Amino acid sequence: MGNPLDSLSGTIICGLILTVVMVVIVNVIAT
Amino acid sequence: MEIIIKVFGITDVMEYVTFIARWLHVLCGVMWVGLLWYFNFVQTPTVPTMPDELKPAIPKHIMPVALFYFRWAALGTLIFGLLLAWMKGYIGDALAIGLTSGAARDASIGIGMWLGIIMAFNVWFIIWPNQQKLIGLVECAAEDKPPLARAAALASRTNTMLSIPMLYAMVSAQNLY
Repeated sequence: MGNPLDSLSGTIICGLILTVVMVVIVNVIAT
Repeated sequence: MEIIIKVFGITDVMEYVTFIARWLHVLCGVMWVGLLWYFNFVQTPTVPTMPDELKPAIPKHIMPVALFYFRWAALGTLIFGLLLAWMKGYIGDALAIGLTSGAARDASIGIGMWLGIIMAFNVWFIIWPNQQKLIGLVECAAEDKPPLARAAALASRTNTMLSIPMLYAMVSAQNLY
């Protein structure tokens, strides 16, 4: 498996996954 | 002076100065992320398809100007953002990603701030030094260029990836929490 950042779509998908992870972290911190 | 205050709808001068800091933060941020997305969404995928005789125009004419606005907009975004957080009184709680206050807003803006700080670090300490050598502003042997190009490309892609949660964090802190 290559580096997902080598493709634009892989980069965007990683960014969206990180966004979901971040939202979960924000909720954990806020509770 | 009074007419300026009236025309611009200023009721509190300090609040207005804070608003100007926010406005400058957004202006710089749009230029920074706009150029970042231009590099990643337009230039990088397009250059390999360009006729060979046109390719030198990118490093010689476009990149020096684009990188000038890119790196200074990154610094401006950071400075005006930190200034804004300080003026609004939440810089400490935000940099602690809300762990000190337990507020979702501080957690959200704080994570966004740290992502922005990482992105600005990538611009000034990886992308810009490497690009200076790649576009010929700084002397560099041809055999040393491929690893520099790879590091610059990955840092740029990393910033594109981080811009997605960073902007979610910034906008959600203002509008969701």
